[in-house]
Amino acid sequence: MDTLNVLIIGFISIVVVKNLVFTKFLGICPYLGVSGRIDMAFGMGLAVTFVVTLSGTLTWMIDNWVLMKLGLEVTRYVCFILVIAGAVQLVEMYLRKFFPSLYESFGIFLPLITTNCAILGLCLFLNLWAIDSLLEAVVVSFGAGIGFTMAICIMAGIRENLNMADVPKCLKGAPITLITAGILAMAFMGFAGMIR
Amino acid sequence: MVNKSEAGTALYGQTLLAGLWRENPVFRLLLGMCPTLAVTAAVKPALTMGCCVIFVLLCSNVIVSLMRNLLKPHLRILMFTLTIATFVTIADLFLKAFQPEMSEVLGPYVPLIIVNCIIICRAEACASKNGLFVSIVDALGMGIGFTLTLCVLAGVRELLSTGKIFEVQFMPDAFVPWAAMGMPVGAFITLGLLLGLVNMVTKKEA
Repeated sequence: MDTLNVLIIGFISIVVVKNLVFTKFLGICPYLGVSGRIDMAFGMGLAVTFVVTLSGTLTWMIDNWVLMKLGLEVTRYVCFILVIAGAVQLVEMYLRKFFPSLYESFGIFLPLITTNCAILGLCLFLNLWAIDSLLEAVVVSFGAGIGFTMAICIMAGIRENLNMADVPKCLKGAPITLITAGILAMAFMGFAGMIR
Repeated sequence: MVNKSEAGTALYGQTLLAGLWRENPVFRLLLGMCPTLAVTAAVKPALTMGCCVIFVLLCSNVIVSLMRNLLKPHLRILMFTLTIATFVTIADLFLKAFQPEMSEVLGPYVPLIIVNCIIICRAEACASKNGLFVSIVDALGMGIGFTLTLCVLAGVRELLSTGKIFEVQFMPDAFVPWAAMGMPVGAFITLGLLLGLVNMVTKKEA
């Protein structure tokens, strides 16, 4: 029961309280880039969730079972980025072979995920928060992906409506998106006291 | 590229200035937004971050430019990332050793320079196509442009959230610190408004 509690709290905390987009500013580039339409935003969210779960788990294993045992923490960043690039490549090949329709719909998003800072950021946070069980690492990584999907979908929904609004000319596009994100971040600050 | 000395000098100057304003990475190209938002709660971490980025950008541009003829197209991005990761590790260890306080404040955002789009973008768009000197000048221009942008943003936010910059009081005593500016909310809104301002100014120029 205790483990379950830890897992549930960990999951909720990464989805809303420590949401990667609104409190850690990770993954802002795709957040601004593909949040124009809700179906694309959802696709991007799913792809990120998949890759972040995979690479979060893998890097946790490598970090705890290989690098720390051998005292090779210096090479941590190089290893992490290699694992992420490898994971993205694997996912891409796997999808192309077995789910061509899904591969078509992800399109350009897949390779772009390698340089999505949310992924590397989460792998680093797993290390920083000293998460010490594999199960928890998996759950937290998955939660991070869900949090990202939620954030990008909310934004896409708002932006679809924003198209019809009368926005001052110089604020069109990225500036108004950032300001909207700021207001959303304010809303998410309300969750801050929820856990601990 | 151009090798005649006069045209060359003009080109270097242009490349340098492009990074500062015309192709300013943050305001005009919308690159490297994550660190821009994350480290600008105060000026000092912003400046440190800027210096790290200049260092990494310079080193990776030099290396990429030197090995540009050896690169295989499909392994290109991987080589870029590995080069960048190596220099980021150096910068991170250096900060930990000599600026432990700043390293604490910046936390994971130093290693996150690896996936900063500015650096990959410059490696891909400039260093892998141009000679050593153009790459160096380009890295300096882009790096300084990025640092200046960070400092402007951080200056506005620190001034409004604490009334001071670098421990020097600027606001009158009656000023009530605007705590939200130091939080994520302030980052998003300040950057949004600054972008709007830049858009307005460029419209007038054109």
